[in-house]
Amino acid sequence: MMRMQPHSEFRGSPVPGPAAPIAIELSEASVTFGRGARAVPALSTTTLRIADGEFVALVGPSGCGKSTILRLVSGLVQPTSGVIVVGGREVAARALRVGMAFQNPTMLPWMTIERNIMLPLKIVEPFRSKFRKLRKTEFRDKANALLEQVGLKGFGTRYPWQLSGGMLQRANLCRALIHEPRLLLLDEPFGALDQFTREELWSILQELWIAHRPTVLLVTHDLREAAFLGGRICVMSARPGRILDDSRVAFARPRTIAMTFEPDFVALNQKLRAFIVDARAASSKAAAAHGEA
Amino acid sequence: MPDLDYRQKAWSAGLIVMFFAAWELFCLMTGMSDLVLPRPSQVLVTLVEKFPILWPHILQTLATTMIGFVLGVGLGVLLGVVIGVSRTAYDTAYPLLVGFSSIPKVAVVPIFVLWFGSGSVPAVLTALSICFFPIVVNIATGLATTEPELEDVLKALGASKFDILWNVGLPRTMPFFFASLKVAISYAFVGAVLSETVASNRGIGNVMMTASSNFNVPLVFAGLFVLAGLGVALYVVFSVIEGRVTGWATRKNDLIAT
Repeated sequence: MMRMQPHSEFRGSPVPGPAAPIAIELSEASVTFGRGARAVPALSTTTLRIADGEFVALVGPSGCGKSTILRLVSGLVQPTSGVIVVGGREVAARALRVGMAFQNPTMLPWMTIERNIMLPLKIVEPFRSKFRKLRKTEFRDKANALLEQVGLKGFGTRYPWQLSGGMLQRANLCRALIHEPRLLLLDEPFGALDQFTREELWSILQELWIAHRPTVLLVTHDLREAAFLGGRICVMSARPGRILDDSRVAFARPRTIAMTFEPDFVALNQKLRAFIVDARAASSKAAAAHGEA
Repeated sequence: MPDLDYRQKAWSAGLIVMFFAAWELFCLMTGMSDLVLPRPSQVLVTLVEKFPILWPHILQTLATTMIGFVLGVGLGVLLGVVIGVSRTAYDTAYPLLVGFSSIPKVAVVPIFVLWFGSGSVPAVLTALSICFFPIVVNIATGLATTEPELEDVLKALGASKFDILWNVGLPRTMPFFFASLKVAISYAFVGAVLSETVASNRGIGNVMMTASSNFNVPLVFAGLFVLAGLGVALYVVFSVIEGRVTGWATRKNDLIAT
């Protein structure tokens, strides 16, 4: 159903070179919520391959199924049709260590920030079996080291309700990273932040990615964010979503905020923007036609 | 805000003193017979005088209440978790539970007596059956209303159902649980005393029954005072534990204090 057009100068081959093994593979996956007359198609049949260590940004109009792709890869949603393979096995097998950050920080209110961040260590092996022994020493230090990295030094013993939204988002990022995941799923983690905090966290995330090279799938509304962080950008159509364009971003790393104002970067932004404007227009036209009929 | 706290406590204490003072005055002014309504001072005197006789009965009532309460809580938590975790179990079992809880427990005491004879066993069972319902309902509601977003955090990590229950469901339910404990402990008292009045030769309920048939009205009231005192004491115990375990749920007060 979906064919990628050779559309852009930034676009490389959709299948990465043979050197990098495939981390994520969606084969002909589609998702429909509900049944019968109430069925809502969320994601059209989509095929997407992401190589190990790639940083992929997913952009598109709101409600287009970007988050659905993340939820498919994390196993929170089952595909209505098709297959999702993560780390060479079916999603449910958990062949890769996965870290996920949601749009809302969703810290557990009865735990301190420190303990919230250590939560993945309590659940995921090989940390799980050592958790009782190390939670007050090595693991706690690890949590605090991450907190320091995102500028929250000393806030570990606070409770979530004592922190502002921006601080919670930073902590949220720490929680997604503490168990050294090989696959990082980020669902608009910077959406609710002010521009300066956002840019600061972009740089921190980029540093972490360069240092550890996990595979990252980032869902975002922000085209600058996608172009700054992404090694590859997938543009999605309006609901039910499908991938319209799949381009590589060639800018050298580490990228700086200053680079985002250079002509090449702005041109890429404009190109992405045009895709999404078209997608939105197409969907409202379709909706209008549906309304008349 | 300690000022407000003190004022609140002063008002509470004042209200209690005023209540007893008004009662005392009312009896004195109307020349009420102590066969109808004894003065609080008379009740206190009786309480002190008869305390050595009352003491074993107090222990008896306390013991049956606590055993019934502990068993009721255990059973209630178990059932509450089962019902709260599964939507199907929730929908299926709820009508039966509501039906069971609607039966006035006075009506089941004779059945317990028929099965187990009079004495401690029916008292424990009555306490149990009356106090376990609020626990079941609160645990089940707490678990069933846990925000899916909180669960997703663990699900995305590949956590098992038990992990999610242990790390998210149960801690989230604690405020509900403690709220129900405070209700349940009072209910357990009612159940135990109820059963004692109907079918036992020990316990505060039985003392009050005997005293009332002897027209020893001050002793009946002394029994009431003892029950009220025990009820308040146990309520306080659970409030303190609640404050320690589920402080996060009532944080707004702390925020003002810090």
